[in-house]
Amino acid sequence: MNHSADVVIAGGGIVGAACAYECARAGLSVTVIEGAIIGGGASAAGMGHIVVMDDSEAQFNLTLLSQQLWSERVAEMTDGVEHLPCGTLWVAADEEEMAEVRRKRAFYSQRGVPVEMLDSRQLAEAEPHLRPDLAGGLLVPGDSVVYPPVAARWLLDRCGARVLTGVPIATLDDNGATLEDGSRVSGGVIVNALGAKAARLMPSIPVTPRKGHLVITDRYPGFLRHQLVELGYLKSAHSAGADSIAFNVQPRRTGQVLIGSSRQFGADHKGIDQPILSRMLRRAAEYMPRIGSLIAIRAWTGFRAATPDHLPLIGPMPGASRLWLATGHEGLGVTTALATGRLIADQITGRSSPIDAAPYLPARCIHG
Amino acid sequence: MSAPAIVVVGAGPAGVAAACRAAGCGRRVVLLDDNPAPGGQIWRGDRQQRWLARLADSGVEVRCGTTVSGLELPGATTILATGARELFLPFPGWTSPGVTGAGGLQALIKSGFSIAGKRVVVAGSGLLLPAVASLVRKSGGSVVLIAEQTSAMNMAAFAAALLSRPEKLAQSAEAALSLLGVPYFTRCVVESFDGGRVRLRRGNAIFECDTDYLASGFGLVPNTELAALLGCRLLAGAVEVDEFQQTTVAGVYAAGELTGIGGVEKSLVEGEIAGLAAAGAVDEARALFGRSRRARRFSAALNRAFALDGGLRALPRDETLVCRCEDVSHSRLKGLASWRQAKLHTRCGMGPCQGRVCAAAAQFLYGWNDQSPRPPVFPVPAGLLADPGSFEGEPT
Ligand SMILES: Cc1cc2nc3c(=O)[nH]c(=O)nc-3n(C[C@H](O)[C@H](O)[C@H](O)COP(=O)(O)OP(=O)(O)OC[C@H]3O[C@@H](n4cnc5c(N)ncnc54)[C@H](O)[C@@H]3O)c2cc1C
Ligand SMILES: Cc1cc2nc3c(=O)[nH]c(=O)nc-3n(C[C@H](O)[C@H](O)[C@H](O)COP(=O)(O)OP(=O)(O)OC[C@H]3O[C@@H](n4cnc5c(N)ncnc54)[C@H](O)[C@@H]3O)c2cc1C
Repeated sequence: MNHSADVVIAGGGIVGAACAYECARAGLSVTVIEGAIIGGGASAAGMGHIVVMDDSEAQFNLTLLSQQLWSERVAEMTDGVEHLPCGTLWVAADEEEMAEVRRKRAFYSQRGVPVEMLDSRQLAEAEPHLRPDLAGGLLVPGDSVVYPPVAARWLLDRCGARVLTGVPIATLDDNGATLEDGSRVSGGVIVNALGAKAARLMPSIPVTPRKGHLVITDRYPGFLRHQLVELGYLKSAHSAGADSIAFNVQPRRTGQVLIGSSRQFGADHKGIDQPILSRMLRRAAEYMPRIGSLIAIRAWTGFRAATPDHLPLIGPMPGASRLWLATGHEGLGVTTALATGRLIADQITGRSSPIDAAPYLPARCIHG
Repeated sequence: MSAPAIVVVGAGPAGVAAACRAAGCGRRVVLLDDNPAPGGQIWRGDRQQRWLARLADSGVEVRCGTTVSGLELPGATTILATGARELFLPFPGWTSPGVTGAGGLQALIKSGFSIAGKRVVVAGSGLLLPAVASLVRKSGGSVVLIAEQTSAMNMAAFAAALLSRPEKLAQSAEAALSLLGVPYFTRCVVESFDGGRVRLRRGNAIFECDTDYLASGFGLVPNTELAALLGCRLLAGAVEVDEFQQTTVAGVYAAGELTGIGGVEKSLVEGEIAGLAAAGAVDEARALFGRSRRARRFSAALNRAFALDGGLRALPRDETLVCRCEDVSHSRLKGLASWRQAKLHTRCGMGPCQGRVCAAAAQFLYGWNDQSPRPPVFPVPAGLLADPGSFEGEPT
């Protein structure tokens, strides 16, 4: 069976779903092709932390726009999205990291993002299970947490896009997609939103999988109040090439605690890497000594789609006439999915965007 | 010079037999089980048991209270004997107080729970039902009735497969029970349970009775999660093995209920073969093939006799919970395409039991056959996940 649509989106993760949602709302006919299960890729494996980031102006703008779009959207979404407006608490272990807290506070405040600086005592009051000798922290109350697979499903159900699931795409070209069963879906614009697998069908795009581990516990309501991230995180997260772990824990609305995080390059098997998992959990216990006694019910891994400059690829593929990219979101794709969808729909329809789309254009690093 | 230890996971009949035979070949053997004492589902705490006495003299290093999480291979040579668990099928009221598993009630009584003077309805399917009923009677309770979902004809065929005089055996179970004065109804299922009142269907007839407890179990399902995590191939819900009990993963053997439900005799002989084969005593293992073939024939006949009737799929109502950890009802699941989709979109099976209760039921109800076990096999403190060497047998 063959189909055609104005926009064909390859991949039914949170990014593909958000692109479909915005394109459909802009009046375009949309077909989404998902080889497995809606939201079952990285979108099911990740933490679903919606977080405004300050690595660069470009990253800040994209995450802030997205955070705003999420807060508009979650109000309408089904309860299963498990939205939890818990905020982020960036944890500083020592005076050096407190300097980072001050820098971050200035950065966010200047740009109108409400933040609150906590000293050692206030930090201990905010999160009683943290070890007592920490220096302080920065609270970003606008950040939150969602459960992305259900959000992806909601976006697709709501926008009325045609969704084809179960048969993977074999090839993508300028006119559409050929599925593994030989059927053909053609479209005016073809968007590659295949996440960490984006380069499998388009080998020239610089997206590489970056593995992460997570552990979830049984229910401990009240154990944790905010998403907690150590401020050493950025240092370790961006040390390209090396494996890294960081203290990054999240309260779920169910009362469960999600424990992260790790980043590895070059690991292509899905299994647990015990040395990484051990380091990650020990790091968590360094910050929260009691975390080791919580009952863990499941550990798993997922793959982020990493680009060389840590910014996503959003826009037309250089050298192709109708192929577009919406991938490379690395560890922020849940956060930035909604802004990605907006930018894609704006560019396809020629509308103006709330933020400058240039920093995310694939042409910055792909030369047709 | 000493070869690395053989690690056996599960100290039920299969694991105990495997450990004893491997140790008998002069090998160092470590036997791990998550319970406080060896014995598995049937011998737990029974000091009189011949195999447990043998185990005590075998030189096997027994480490009880040890959960194997599946993050890494427990040993270079591993024998999996993780047994089976009960299958629960949802019907309206199955999560109410007063409803237990059939094996669950058996375990409660064995651990000292008093059933004296209480009325019990035993329902579901399989040989466990009469066993539970007789334990209830012995412990001073009264069995209102046994409701077995399969037909008398299937049971007769089972008897025929066991004996050359089928008529006789066909009647024997029913006879034994009716001697005890317990009605044993075939083709009979519990339609609902509500505040002590059980509604049953027998053929086309509906009737009700009052009870204090309803013990309901629909047979057993192998505990395959650990084997699957270690990469062993499964076949029809059980671990695939060759005649030496070798799985599809080199150095990993499997024995007992894990390779297909078949009762204690099958567990014992498979355990013996696995233990001998793992220790390199190939000829002695081969000498047991005749016994294991017979045990497997029994197992096949058993599974045919108590095969679940498709009509059981109609028991849950829309609002009946299928996943009780996460409160997921039948209506939210029935349109979905796979177990994984159910997990991702409804949280079914994502709670503390990780689908141990609902996954097999969901497979039966909705015809799903995908499995995606994630470590740890059983919940463990996060600190132990960080340091599995501290609680998992033997570094390889
Ligand atoms: C451990 C970890 C923690 C994370 N934490 C966070 C966080 O806290 N906050 C945050 O914002 N982000 C986080 N992320 C990142 C975030 O999860 C991802 O960036 C985001 O889910 C990417 O969405 P996607 O739609 O691009 O990719 P995916 O969700 O992977 O979707 C791609 C889809 O394409 C499908 N597909 C692939 N190949 C084919 C084919 N050939 N044919 C058809 N379909 C195909 C896949 O089945 C999949 O469903 C985390 C990631 C990981 C791994
Ligand atoms: C609830 C129940 C009641 C039963 N009652 C009877 C009965 O009354 N009569 C009868 O003939 N048969 C009964 N059976 C059938 C019984 O399973 C077999 O007859 C026999 O016990 C099977 O032996 P096995 O060694 O294969 O498995 P089991 O006896 O089940 O032994 C497996 C052992 O492995 C342990 N284990 C599993 N996974 C792990 C892990 N990851 N780490 C550490 N340890 C692990 C288990 O706790 C268990 O102790 C019952 C079964 C069940 C499930």
